[in-house]
Amino acid sequence: MALSKIWVLAEASDGKVATTTLEILTKVRELAGTVEAIYAGGDADAVAAQLGEYGASKVYTTGDLAGALPGVPVANAIAALVEGGNAPDAIIAATSYVGRDIAGRLSAKLDRTVITNNVDLEVDGDKLVTTEPVFGGSTNVKTTFTAAGPHLVLVRPKSFAAESAGGAAAAVETIAVPDSGKSGGAVITNRHVEEREGPSLDEAAIVVSGGRGLGEATSFVMVEDLAKLLAAAPGASRAIVDAGWVPYSYQVGQTGKVVKPTVYIAAGISGATQHMVGMKGSKNIIAINKDAEAPIFSVSDLGIVGDVHKILPQLIEALKAR
Amino acid sequence: MNVVVCVKQIPDPADPGALDPTTKTLKRDGKLILDESDSYGVEMALQLVTAAGGGEVTLVSMAPNGEVSGLRTALAMGAAKAILVSDDALAGTDALGTAKVLAKAIARVEGADLVLTATESSDGYTGTVPEQIAGLLDLPSVTFAKQIEINGSTLKVQRQTEDGFDDVECPMPALVSVTAGVVEPRYPSFKGIMAAKSKPVDTLTVADLGLEGQVGWAGAGQQIVAIEEAPARESGEVIEDDGTAFEKIVAFLDNLKVL
Repeated sequence: MALSKIWVLAEASDGKVATTTLEILTKVRELAGTVEAIYAGGDADAVAAQLGEYGASKVYTTGDLAGALPGVPVANAIAALVEGGNAPDAIIAATSYVGRDIAGRLSAKLDRTVITNNVDLEVDGDKLVTTEPVFGGSTNVKTTFTAAGPHLVLVRPKSFAAESAGGAAAAVETIAVPDSGKSGGAVITNRHVEEREGPSLDEAAIVVSGGRGLGEATSFVMVEDLAKLLAAAPGASRAIVDAGWVPYSYQVGQTGKVVKPTVYIAAGISGATQHMVGMKGSKNIIAINKDAEAPIFSVSDLGIVGDVHKILPQLIEALKAR
Repeated sequence: MNVVVCVKQIPDPADPGALDPTTKTLKRDGKLILDESDSYGVEMALQLVTAAGGGEVTLVSMAPNGEVSGLRTALAMGAAKAILVSDDALAGTDALGTAKVLAKAIARVEGADLVLTATESSDGYTGTVPEQIAGLLDLPSVTFAKQIEINGSTLKVQRQTEDGFDDVECPMPALVSVTAGVVEPRYPSFKGIMAAKSKPVDTLTVADLGLEGQVGWAGAGQQIVAIEEAPARESGEVIEDDGTAFEKIVAFLDNLKVL
């Protein structure tokens, strides 16, 4: 049995739908008869074709938000749509900056719980069942909703493979954004894009991450140098993000990004459960750590017990010489 | 400038976590400590109050068994007082229920200009509680802050984004979630630790907050239906570096044809 209708919160940049949105659309079209998207942005017409191709029959758009942070206005617009009698069985967003803000606000507004960090979705009878990994991904917890819908779910990126359904462009319908009053007061006044060479953590075929074993912040340059040579993205463990060596956006793990590259190189990372849940799905894992007992070696395909300060420079020189 | 900081007291992350086989929730019955993620919010609050030239930092926490160890740590850093909500009726509370409890507790703090939280806790990490609290209190909010400045009654926040950061302006009172690593949390001084022992901790129950029936198992909108072992990942060769291990890595990458 399938659900009747699911809404997916769509994200896009520069007119291109986010991969995580396409992943979620691909999954939910096997769970519900009707899949529709919600999109906050002035270019819904540009993204409607791609949303339709992946299974959305319609896209509700708030239009451009004039610099407002999306959490409050988008949650209010969705709530108005729900309260207007148009409620779906479930509303699903990605675990992203925007997804978390909107789902949190919507949860409070509709007085509905939100189940987060899911990596799988299934329908049992008429109930949505979600899967959340705990303890570094060694255990999966399956959860269902006990109160009335719409049920709110946040799904981790890379949980599903995105596949086109060959659908026609989604119909675009503009929805009203109710006045947010004082709660909608946060406004973006300026955007700063930090130029990072090479691929993003999300898209990279190779990821090189550094951890506390690097010893000091300046040693992270070895991770960046190696990443550059491999056309890889640099990443980090939580320990060195907490220490302020690199920004939060570098973090791989439970509270950071989930990556599933062809090759993941963990340099000076012991493999706390917090980190493992974010990288265990990589196809090949190379780990370098001076502690032979480090948990990272329980998931690595090639483990090197040794000093990153010796091995990384050797590796960098060897790759440069090729 | 009065700042409320939401802090969570969690099982020591160094200890392996476990699920209670009966309730299927995370075991939290041992000694709890201050979630390191929250130490950044506490530090930032203390700095903002100092910069404003007056005011105080109030902590708000929900924890089982009247736990105060983590609160004492944050009080020793310099917070003035704390509100602890602790009640057996809170067992089984979901993220929205937690936000209801914290929002009601925050509402009891008079003259709060700013509420600070972490972006997510280290144990439950739903990452939705800050926005749920802001929604319940009808406050504007900025999430994922890496820097906060106060300009009159307006907050100027640098908000982390996927590819950099945004400057965000927001009127106060407001709620801001703070990312880890953006300030260096101070170590409590001996004097601070001694002073913390006599700082007021107001302990409240669910009934004190008027939330009977809305939290705990009864209020949770979700139920765990199964706990399964995830398929284990096979590990491969582990070798000791003899000075040539880098060649192994090159060969491994070569074999995958990614060079």
